[in-house]
Amino acid sequence: MPHTSSLQFPILTVLILVPAVGAAVVALLSNRRPEFVKLAAVGFSVVTGGMTLWMLRAFETGEGGYQFVSKHQWVPEWGIGWHLGLDGISLFLVVLTGILFPIAMLGADPHHDKKPYLAWMLLLEAGMLGAFVSLDLFLFFAFFELVLVPMYFLIGGWGYDQRVYAALKFFIYTMVGSALMLVGIITTAFLARQSLGYLTFDLLELQQASFATNTARWLFLAFALAFAVKVPVFPLHTWLPDAHTQAPTGGSVILAGVMLKLGTYGFLRFAFTLFPEAARYFRPLFLTLAVIGITYGAIAATMQKDLKRLVAYSSVAHLGFIVLGSFAFTTQAVTGGVLQMINHGVSTGALFLMVGMIYDRRHTRQIAELTGIQAVAPIFAAVFTLVMLSSIGVPGLNGFVGEFLVLIGSFLTARWWTVIAATGVIIAALYLLWAYQRVFHGEPDEANKSFRELSWSEGLVMLPLLGLIVFCGVYPKPMLDRIQPSVTVLMTHIEEKTGYVEPQPALFEGGEEHAVEADAHAEEGE
Amino acid sequence: MVVDAGRLLQVDLGLMADPLSITMALFVTGIGALIHLYAVGYMHGDPKFSKFFLYPNLFVLSMLMLVLGSNMLVTFLGWEGVGACSYFLISFWHTSPANATAGKKAFVTNRVGDWGFMMAMFLTFQAVGTLNYGPLNEAAHSGSLARSTATGIAMMLFVGACGKSAQLPLYIWLPDAMAGPTPVSALIHAATMVTAGVYLMTRTGAVLQIASYDWAPWAVAGIGAATALFAATIAVAQHDIKKVLAYSTVSQLGYMFLAVGSGAYVAAIFHMITHAFFKALLFLGSGSVINGMHHEQDMRKMGMLRKFMPITAATFIVGWLAIAGVPPFAGFWSKDEILLFAFDKSPILWVVGFVTAILTAYYMTRQVILVFFSEARWETHAEEHGAHGDFKPHESPFTMVAPLVVLAGLAIVGGGLQLPFSHKTKFLEQWLEPLVEGAERQLGTTAEDIKWVLAGIAILGAIAGILGAVAVYQQKRVKPVEPAILANGWYYDRAISDFMGGPGRQAFEQVAWVDSNVVDGAVNGSASGVRSLGGLLRKAQTGFVRNYALGISGGVVALMAWFLIRGVL
Repeated sequence: MPHTSSLQFPILTVLILVPAVGAAVVALLSNRRPEFVKLAAVGFSVVTGGMTLWMLRAFETGEGGYQFVSKHQWVPEWGIGWHLGLDGISLFLVVLTGILFPIAMLGADPHHDKKPYLAWMLLLEAGMLGAFVSLDLFLFFAFFELVLVPMYFLIGGWGYDQRVYAALKFFIYTMVGSALMLVGIITTAFLARQSLGYLTFDLLELQQASFATNTARWLFLAFALAFAVKVPVFPLHTWLPDAHTQAPTGGSVILAGVMLKLGTYGFLRFAFTLFPEAARYFRPLFLTLAVIGITYGAIAATMQKDLKRLVAYSSVAHLGFIVLGSFAFTTQAVTGGVLQMINHGVSTGALFLMVGMIYDRRHTRQIAELTGIQAVAPIFAAVFTLVMLSSIGVPGLNGFVGEFLVLIGSFLTARWWTVIAATGVIIAALYLLWAYQRVFHGEPDEANKSFRELSWSEGLVMLPLLGLIVFCGVYPKPMLDRIQPSVTVLMTHIEEKTGYVEPQPALFEGGEEHAVEADAHAEEGE
Repeated sequence: MVVDAGRLLQVDLGLMADPLSITMALFVTGIGALIHLYAVGYMHGDPKFSKFFLYPNLFVLSMLMLVLGSNMLVTFLGWEGVGACSYFLISFWHTSPANATAGKKAFVTNRVGDWGFMMAMFLTFQAVGTLNYGPLNEAAHSGSLARSTATGIAMMLFVGACGKSAQLPLYIWLPDAMAGPTPVSALIHAATMVTAGVYLMTRTGAVLQIASYDWAPWAVAGIGAATALFAATIAVAQHDIKKVLAYSTVSQLGYMFLAVGSGAYVAAIFHMITHAFFKALLFLGSGSVINGMHHEQDMRKMGMLRKFMPITAATFIVGWLAIAGVPPFAGFWSKDEILLFAFDKSPILWVVGFVTAILTAYYMTRQVILVFFSEARWETHAEEHGAHGDFKPHESPFTMVAPLVVLAGLAIVGGGLQLPFSHKTKFLEQWLEPLVEGAERQLGTTAEDIKWVLAGIAILGAIAGILGAVAVYQQKRVKPVEPAILANGWYYDRAISDFMGGPGRQAFEQVAWVDSNVVDGAVNGSASGVRSLGGLLRKAQTGFVRNYALGISGGVVALMAWFLIRGVL
């Protein structure tokens, strides 16, 4: 596993420590110079972001295993270790975290008490990065839980009217899920001791253990529940619209952009890796829930009256695609799912930022109270249009690539689910264009006549996101080249453990005839 | 777009030049250039003049991607690109709610078609392992593509084509799309974008004609013929000068799909080209009229305009003769070839096509008379035009009439691309032969023998349609037949929007209601359940020792009883 790029310098450890130290520093700074506080906080997050970009450069392409590994014993009696590593599946989530945090801090100011807000944000970043690079179940759980605390305070302290209700709901809902996961983690470690001979929480060692079929299925459910709440999978999604809508803009950006991916990432990294047979067993259930999430989330989004709530429901639909892709068990679909995690983070993060800008100007997010903005703020409207088209999944922009890979890969193993899931693409156009029409088109009324055009600083904050939207849409190859080898490793692991054989599309080479029968592969494993 | 998921899916940003894509690229760029020139005049004075030109250029880029792509995904990239441009341009004057709604409607309806296109891509990938057209067509030719799969691919592509090319039942967006600036209507919603579906079906012709079940080409031809007739009946009763042309476009696209279904791919492309010439001409002519009439589009308020707009009138008349099917204008040749192939497939298809041809001649003659002949009705409406008393229609500037003249020339000679006299004069067929070989229908001897008879009947039909309209609208010997049901497009569009705005919307509302009350209600319900349970339990904590002692002794008794029953003690 050690690799050339896993240099002696423990970069992943430092990556977690920088924002954590930053949080402490910001908390201790004097509040007499608020602009200095913000500078310091943004500085820490920019340094963190820079480190993630450096790792992106140093990452060995084509390598499916873990890189930048740092492994130390922590609580040896219980087999708990400080084990961090990065592979193609987590790489871009880490980079996304590194990019989105400075943007969220710069793009939206809290309405009061900047200092604690920024400190919580930095702590949140540390927890998020930790969760994405942990290869030890106990460590992962610690970070997974750690992120709840700052997010709870961010929503409860800096949110909108119903912030307390939303924060509590978010906290309790997630806690219920993760409590079961804690039981699952401990049980897994202790049961694995029977086949391994020693107690360990290390993922790489636990994944070699074997469990009784039924036990593994129960354990899978314990993990899956925690992740399903986080994603969220229908019908466990109702904390999300409240939390997203009530959170301050920066919190929403992080919540949608990065935090939800803890769920989809957790499925791939932990639930699938540890219990592949169980994951295959529950496949129909999760495919069905994913498809319901896609269509139902989109339909619910259509009827929302609050713009931010609409974006929140669109996340339910978009995350449904990722779940669909994960449970399709084909390399294309899983790769597409990982890509979709990043793309959704970029597009939805950008959407939340812009909705936040609308709120700052108009002090309302009610669609009915906004109209004709394109006439007074054409540049703002143009930027919103680009982000919207990316979210709709128009080819040439980032949203399409992941969605397309998910669907084309899922079609191979879950044809009829895919057929229905693809209708979500139609409804996505409906809810976003309808909202756009009501908010931006038409004649501006008195209240909207003085809607301020996009400022330079706002434009600069949006610029990296817009660049990513176009770049990833036109040329996703660099990302796919890094994601796919790790997905292949995961798929091979699942194949070895379960005897499942990933279906291949018929190959047609230069006119040579092969049996070209599409139905043969369809509906495998039902 | 370069998608490369390793060994498992490779899609290159591949472009290819072959006779078909070159043909498409030539007329797209040619007509695009003329319309850009025209738009310089038409959009003159618009506050968003410079912004306007962003979109037609983006459109031409996307359209070229569409026709030059060597695989379905690049075509799809262009396909969606032209759709997005169409959306931007229909809602270009976005402060009017009608325009904004029309733009949204176009995009969403097209997305229904895109769903079909995507399904076709997925099936192709599963069956052939690539999205390139070459291997797909090869598999269809060699018979290695399973019949059911091929039918699935062909039909799903046709769903996509129905959306983009405005066929039944998805045509509803195109008439509304006329809300956009007229050059856009000519470029996107008549000459180029809407023919993308025909192009796609031609590109994958072998899948439909060779590898699919026999009913699949029938379905395409049937929908095409039905759309042609259906839209022509609606065009008869429209009053908006652009709406007539819009329904006429739907109808002519129906002809092209009739051709595709009948295996007449060369004829489909031929008609696509001639249609691009004369329909762009007619739309630009109507734009010139609208411009000269100070943005009046109602034909009931026009009349006698040939006196004031001679060049527009002369070129429009050329377009009219071309679409009506009068030889030797371009439309005659291409329509005649389609009808010939349709006859060979089934005389019923020919009859539908023939009746449509009569109606086409009729409604186009009606339009020409109402706009350029009969009597000047605009004087009584002068006030509405904002010109007090001295309102006078005027001819358009040079930049607008020059493209009209060029297109009129093309509409006259365009038929020369493919003359049915001998194999040597069928230039387009020779040019496209390598591509459509195998898929192209071989005419039976009967059809070949009576082709001149059929052509003669078609000419008579066109003349009958023209004379009928003259009798009604010029000589006024017969009262016009314009029933409300036709003026309202058989109420199809209204039925759809009533459904969407009524039951459809209610169903969506229901889902949102269920979400906030049932799904979320369960969450909040369990929270308040826990709280009230806690409230109940709290009452047990009285603080009196005697109560606790009672509880403890009760518990001891219960435990003893339990052990006794189990026989432990």
